[in-house]
Amino acid sequence: MSHAIVTEGLVKRFGTTKAVDGVDLQVPTGRILGLLGPNGAGKTTMVRILATLLRPDAGRAWVGGFDVESQAHQVRQLIALTGQYASVDGKLTGRENLILVGRLLGLSRIASRRRAEELLETFALGDAAGRAAQTYSGGMKRRLDLAASLVAHPRILFLDEPTTGLDPRARKDLWQLIRQRAHGGTTVLLTTQYMEEADHLAEEIVVMDSGRIIASGTPDQLKARVATRSLLVRAVKASDVARIQRVLGEVSEDTPEVRKLEVTVGCPDSSMLRSLMRRLDEAKIEVDELILRTATLDDVFLALTGRPLESTRTEEPPTEATIQ
Amino acid sequence: MTPPNSRVDAELQSHVGVRAGVEQTFTLAWRSLLQIRHNPWELGDFSIQPILFLLLFLYVFGGAIAGSPVEYLHFMLPGVIVMNMIFVTVYVGHGLNTDLTQGVFDRLRSLPIARWAPLTGRIVADIVKQAWCILLLLTVGLLLGFRIGTSLVGLLIMVCLVLTMALAVSWIMVLVGVMARDPEHVQLFGFTTLFPVTFVSNVFVPAETMPDWLRPVVAANPVSHLSQAARGLMVSGPVLEPALWSLLWSLAITAVFAPLSVWALSRRLEGRSRTGPG
Repeated sequence: MSHAIVTEGLVKRFGTTKAVDGVDLQVPTGRILGLLGPNGAGKTTMVRILATLLRPDAGRAWVGGFDVESQAHQVRQLIALTGQYASVDGKLTGRENLILVGRLLGLSRIASRRRAEELLETFALGDAAGRAAQTYSGGMKRRLDLAASLVAHPRILFLDEPTTGLDPRARKDLWQLIRQRAHGGTTVLLTTQYMEEADHLAEEIVVMDSGRIIASGTPDQLKARVATRSLLVRAVKASDVARIQRVLGEVSEDTPEVRKLEVTVGCPDSSMLRSLMRRLDEAKIEVDELILRTATLDDVFLALTGRPLESTRTEEPPTEATIQ
Repeated sequence: MTPPNSRVDAELQSHVGVRAGVEQTFTLAWRSLLQIRHNPWELGDFSIQPILFLLLFLYVFGGAIAGSPVEYLHFMLPGVIVMNMIFVTVYVGHGLNTDLTQGVFDRLRSLPIARWAPLTGRIVADIVKQAWCILLLLTVGLLLGFRIGTSLVGLLIMVCLVLTMALAVSWIMVLVGVMARDPEHVQLFGFTTLFPVTFVSNVFVPAETMPDWLRPVVAANPVSHLSQAARGLMVSGPVLEPALWSLLWSLAITAVFAPLSVWALSRRLEGRSRTGPG
């Protein structure tokens, strides 16, 4: 299988911190790979190196078979980047933004206009095409940004937190658009800190933390690495909690965990359910709720790092060093 | 080392040709000018503000300084052209900073275009804006009674001299645009430093009327040299010496600030995700 993206021992330092600390990554051609991790994990730095915007301090990277440092111009002809902060020109209209990219890519006046109209149609921006992009909603800006990335039919698409800061509805719309693209054979490298997003879009996930890869696999493989399923029993009365805990300890090999009225235990085998029910019945313990739940990627991250993945994030743009 | 997935893409180019780079420059200049169309405020900055300056100073100070507005117009119009040129350079820094903070610059850099096109595009657009302002001020001046005392050649040389200085000062503004946190800071910095620089000059009043301690500053100010040269080229008076001085200043400013700006820009781009997320 050929790889659209390959890195070997990639390192990038900012001052004394290692933003990327020896990353080996392979993305098969035509695949959607999700780079998952919290703020500061090094995801954006990875994308910026692969998109030829940053030079690595050590290690090497190839995109489409070309070295990102010595063959940057070839790489730029294959890729498109949609940044974390909508990188459209707010003072131009949606249409003008797309024509600008087309013209810069060497399309003729007519061809770039035609391509712009096609994309405006696809991305449901036709009505707003003549308005300055700064008047667009967050979701519209991201759609325009994605459209701008697709002017040239890129072989490799980098999406750096494409839905960060969007409301759930706009996020779902964008997910659909991304999936449609990926069907066309485009290799997609997607960074996200939303487990749901990685689970939804990516065929393969690489989990990053503090500049390193800490796990990788398909969403299902990753979920399987944690206790696949867990069983949650909620007591009616606080006085029952200790008894439930004892019963659960008997039917499972794991040690049950107690949180207020809830007792949780790993549940690798669903036959466990039957014996649990029988024993609860024998002991005449009334339960409020009994839930069998599949591990989410959030659970995976927690299990791998011991820290929960942030679900909310600040919307501040990166601050730069200034002398003023 | 062999790339693990080495492959030959015959249709891909290994570099940008000069011709393509020039085309990209013009496309990006077109984009900078297009921005004005959707932003009436900016159009006002480039069109109404210079005329307002001209009219205000002419009718408020004209009588007191030169006896009559028309007489004063012949003294101050060349200076106002220079002053306005200096203020318009702020937009180079403002636009560059907006591109940097909004991520437009990243998109441009990820495209297969000449590395220098984003900067040259901005500079070409700036020259067009500057030329427009000069034309506008000249037209309004002529309507108000200004008469060219030299020749068309003199006028053209004046325009070239002013544009040369505009290019030089733009490099200072590129540096400001790179260093500033946001576009508002560029404007704040620009106007607070440029006001004294343009007013402590002979744009509005002859240096002889100022206190002794201020005169050397006014005499050394590049704005004074350029204004005097412009006066000589448009009305009458010495040309060669002030023109040479202003060229020398343009050269010196470019020699210092062009490399400094390019260095600061590459530094900012390299350190960009240091404080950013992920």
